Amino acid sequence: MRIVDLRARLERLGSGVTTHVWRLGFASRFLAYLVLHSGTALRRFRLTIAEIYFAGVLSLIIILVSGLFVGMVLALQGYETLQRFGASESLGVLVALSLVRELGPVVAGLLFASRAGSAITAEIGLMKATEQLSAMEMMAVDPIARVVAPRFWGGVLSMPLLAALFSAMGIFGGYLVGVQLIGVDAGAFWSQMQAAVDLRNDIMNGVIKSVVFGIAVTWIAVFEGYDAPPTAEGVSRATTRTVVTSSLAILFLDFILTALMFTGGTHQ
Amino acid sequence: MQPIVEIRKLAFAYAPAHPVLRDIDLSIERGAVVGIMGQSGCGKTTLLRVIMGALRPSAGEARVLGHDTRTLDTQGLYAMRRKMGMLFQFGALFTDMSVYENVAFPLREHVKPPDELLNDLVIMKLNAVGLRGAAHLTPTELSGGMARRVALARSIALDPQLILYDEPFTGLDPISFGVIVRLIRNLNDSLGATSIIVTHDVQEALGVVDYVYFMAAGRVIAQGKPDEIRSSSEPFVRQFVNGAAEGPVPFHYPAPAYEADLELAA
Amino acid sequence: MNRSAIDLWVGVFVVAGVAALLFLALKVGNLASFSSSQMYRIDAKFANIGGLKARAPVKSAGVVVGRVADIRFDNETYEAIVSINLDYNYQFPRDTTAKILTSGILGEQYVGLEAGGDGVMLKNGDRLRLTQSAVVLENLISQFLFNKAAEGKPEAKEPAK
Repeated sequence: MRIVDLRARLERLGSGVTTHVWRLGFASRFLAYLVLHSGTALRRFRLTIAEIYFAGVLSLIIILVSGLFVGMVLALQGYETLQRFGASESLGVLVALSLVRELGPVVAGLLFASRAGSAITAEIGLMKATEQLSAMEMMAVDPIARVVAPRFWGGVLSMPLLAALFSAMGIFGGYLVGVQLIGVDAGAFWSQMQAAVDLRNDIMNGVIKSVVFGIAVTWIAVFEGYDAPPTAEGVSRATTRTVVTSSLAILFLDFILTALMFTGGTHQ
Repeated sequence: MQPIVEIRKLAFAYAPAHPVLRDIDLSIERGAVVGIMGQSGCGKTTLLRVIMGALRPSAGEARVLGHDTRTLDTQGLYAMRRKMGMLFQFGALFTDMSVYENVAFPLREHVKPPDELLNDLVIMKLNAVGLRGAAHLTPTELSGGMARRVALARSIALDPQLILYDEPFTGLDPISFGVIVRLIRNLNDSLGATSIIVTHDVQEALGVVDYVYFMAAGRVIAQGKPDEIRSSSEPFVRQFVNGAAEGPVPFHYPAPAYEADLELAA
Repeated sequence: MNRSAIDLWVGVFVVAGVAALLFLALKVGNLASFSSSQMYRIDAKFANIGGLKARAPVKSAGVVVGRVADIRFDNETYEAIVSINLDYNYQFPRDTTAKILTSGILGEQYVGLEAGGDGVMLKNGDRLRLTQSAVVLENLISQFLFNKAAEGKPEAKEPAK
């Protein structure tokens, strides 16, 4: 590789990194401003409720159906492996822990990012492109307080509920397949589950994860929408970026949170 | 009497190397309908945004409705904007609300009147633009001309003292065109307001404005009453008013010699 | 969609979400046990705690009566100090024995309490005197091999005679 090419590549890499770092800083300031100006979203709660509807209620179908199928598959796969060790009665434990600790928050988060996150980005981006945000500014109404903040809080409030619904549906799906279809003992299914799943360590941590994911996904979604170039191409690129960045963020945060929460048992 | 808008030696640049506005002097009296005209990219929309307070002058002074836009904080800016109305190029109506909700929006946000009073005000504003019967429609169900009229009703909802128009005639059929032109003049007079129209629709605008500022490359190169502009001897103004293909603004974008491009060099 | 329909659906959504959380907390987790009962704290010293972890159950007659609170190391006697929280409803005599047992063959380890006969009951902050350490697999194996080797030696001596 010629020296000139190498230098050009390094320059591009460097400027790419600086652009991302700069953007992250800008996004952080945006989030701080958004939170500080959330008064309107909280005082006129009607606005936030409407956003909970668009982000949460409209995601219900995909969350419930996916949760059901994930739970059913967990039971099928889990039984396959467990019965080789004679531990098929622990199926309830397997399904419940997998869902509550990991799959509930993570998969619900990914689905939320692709359904609600992309919708929020597209909506805000289009409002920017059609000068609706500027018009609001001109009418002396802060668009971040009036348009962006309710969507942010709507997403943050919806996410934990969706994750809980996902896990609950998954456990139900696991019960359907494990007990009704395969024939694992119902009593063992539930009693072992109750003995193994801890409220504070497992369920609470799962809820914390879903809250963190909700904040991350909704933050990314509103920022990408607000920052999108006001063209058709710009908005569509921003929507894609929301889904990709949110998904990566969820998986990365999941690793961090899991390491913090669930490996505490190795230190006595 | 103090002018509504007073601009002295205004300069603006996004980056120091690329100035957009140079040495602008402007004075707009109360009750006047003023046009700011020029080629696309001459800086007229930027000037409008400076008047709006969205951009801060890099040099010089801009006094709007008694406020100095350089020293405005957010509160001051919003206080100034409550006395202004702006019509965006394609209306910029809120697509998730009905026509009624759109016009009611500024009233709800700032005045918060009781429902019956709100209803009366919205109906009155819609009536002024002739769209009282369309109150229940959504923006997607409106034609371009109707959407722009609704946006106009919304911009006068708070009875502003200064109304700004950003290319209000773009893409309108002749009937809607005539409607908007008449509305601009009638609303200005009945509200006792002042209007600034940024446009490049020369002939029609010259028929409605009281005074014109002509811009090119970020400067005001000509100003005067419509008749003065029509009979101006300034070459750029002449080319613009007559719509001539050749003049100070050339037809061809700078390029190498034609023969060279066709590779006819012997 | 008008306002009241949105409100209705959001209400349904929030109720469903909270119900799911309650379902997880009550039917799936172990909220029912030891969230609000009063506890008292007892210490016990062990030569070896094996694989015992904090939050492991403390059982007596197979019933969970408490949890391991924390595990520390005594640098002077070189023993492990295990603190356990016992449910206030269950009183044990001062001469109760604490053993570290394994549930199943390869399961997790827990503390088993066998009540003694003393009339005086344990109070908050008391120490159990009688303890039995965990069985460590490696010690078992080396013991077994040692015994096997010891059996083999007298036999080896005989032919040499």
